[in-house]
Amino acid sequence: MPVTRLTDLTVGDLAVSYGPVRALGGLSLRVPAGSIVAVLGANGAGKTTLLRAVSGTLRFHRGVSRGVIEFGGARLSGLSASAVVARGIVQVPEGRRVFARMTVEENLRAGGLGRPRKAARLARDRVHELFPVLRERAGQRAGLLSGGEQQMLAIGRALMAEPAALLLDEPTLGLAPLVAAKIAETIREINALGTSVLLVEQNVAMALSLASYAYVLEVGEVALEGPAGELAASDEVRRRYLGVADAVEGRLATRTLPRWSA
Amino acid sequence: MTTFLELLVNGISIGAVYALIALGFVVIFKATEVVNFAHASLLLAGGYLVARLHPLVGFWPALLLGVSAAAVVAALIEFLIIRRANVGSHSVLAIVTIGVDIVLTTELTRQIGTEVLAVGDPWADSVVRVGGITVAETRIVALVTASLLIGAFLLAFKYTGWGVAMRATAEDAETAALMGIRLGRVSLGAWAVAGGLAAVAAVFLCVFPTPGLDRSTSLAAIKAFPAAILGGLDSTTGALVGGLIVGVTEALMSGYQNDLAFLGRGIGDVAPFLVMIVILLIRPAGLFGTKEPARV
Repeated sequence: MPVTRLTDLTVGDLAVSYGPVRALGGLSLRVPAGSIVAVLGANGAGKTTLLRAVSGTLRFHRGVSRGVIEFGGARLSGLSASAVVARGIVQVPEGRRVFARMTVEENLRAGGLGRPRKAARLARDRVHELFPVLRERAGQRAGLLSGGEQQMLAIGRALMAEPAALLLDEPTLGLAPLVAAKIAETIREINALGTSVLLVEQNVAMALSLASYAYVLEVGEVALEGPAGELAASDEVRRRYLGVADAVEGRLATRTLPRWSA
Repeated sequence: MTTFLELLVNGISIGAVYALIALGFVVIFKATEVVNFAHASLLLAGGYLVARLHPLVGFWPALLLGVSAAAVVAALIEFLIIRRANVGSHSVLAIVTIGVDIVLTTELTRQIGTEVLAVGDPWADSVVRVGGITVAETRIVALVTASLLIGAFLLAFKYTGWGVAMRATAEDAETAALMGIRLGRVSLGAWAVAGGLAAVAAVFLCVFPTPGLDRSTSLAAIKAFPAAILGGLDSTTGALVGGLIVGVTEALMSGYQNDLAFLGRGIGDVAPFLVMIVILLIRPAGLFGTKEPARV
């Protein structure tokens, strides 16, 4: 079983800018140990920037951050990406980003390089158990996998480091509904084994069904937050992100009409 | 026919040595996206140390020291200059390496002066005759050594954790970092390996029939540039094939230059660059290079 370290991930008053462009302006959130927390929001709301700040990869994008990021009381701000991984936080980046020219097996190996050989082998066996397809395709080039399989590989590769917290950036983006449902199921399984999950999604319905708590970002700030169940039931979220209009359908229709005729 | 075969064997041998240099060049490029113009000076530094040390400690210890020293110098360049230069673009770093090259080469040239230094290798000027073909022993040793080193390198690149980290970084540095791979270490390792390979190459560029190490030896290293570029700057296979193409072209053009008198003297030195230009016109990314370096 993965070592469960009971540690909360907290982000306090985080502001990030890329040159003159402000991406996040004073954002605070918390991922309690062992929970699934969702971060929702449209393109450009700052979701990916948040993950970059936690993972220490802002420097690849010339981003500068201010504020506090802590994991189990230890500061993460200013650490290199590999040091963040060593503390037990691993990110599955948006768009999967598997090493396409390397085999499935080598991709997994790349995820476990920081671990002793034996631990890495055990971790790989667990990943194979979770995603049997990765065992079947071990010798195949990762670039030849389907989108869903690539996502499984990306998640499996991150699990090789046996993280205490997993950061997922749009894991269902571009996947067929059935495959997306399978990924969602896996996320639940991973969490059940004790790994905290910070889930960034545009698929609001899926994210809210998995998460216990959620934050809605708008232009770099938390616009709304609350227990996932409450958010899913709230009119505002339903209207704006779930595309459900319920009783107010008629009113909405008339309101949107001018836009269409314009 | 005999002449042709002799030239061919010599060409392949010198080509394998160019391949060693080009391989280091490619490894640095893959790991850090920096085109290392200081490579020739690293080579000169390694060769110089072997030449100076062999009368004191013997050839083999001198070779070991020279190779280690070149690896350390390369690692220091990475650690003290490349890593700390906070510049936006890799092309700027390439220009920084030109500066490093000029400084190192100038100092080494001052040390060497007008001397021609022997590297003290045990093969001296012995030759081997096989079926009418005469080849210098040094050429055979060069070919065998280069092949072994290249083979060891390729195996390590394919199977070791170092190799997996290198390839992952070369493909997508940011994601490699997200997986916990320490980019600084990968880059340091790449520079050290490249420096060591260059030092071995230096020795084989200075053995018989070459008179020895002098201040122009680094010019010979320049021929590894077309080898790396025509093979594709980001391909290890390309470096090997490129090295052989350059070596064989140079040997054949020099060997037959009397028949090619209309092209003028010294065509052998120019030919590798001509081949490079022709190949780049047909395949802009080199023979084995990634067609369009994807920028995500």
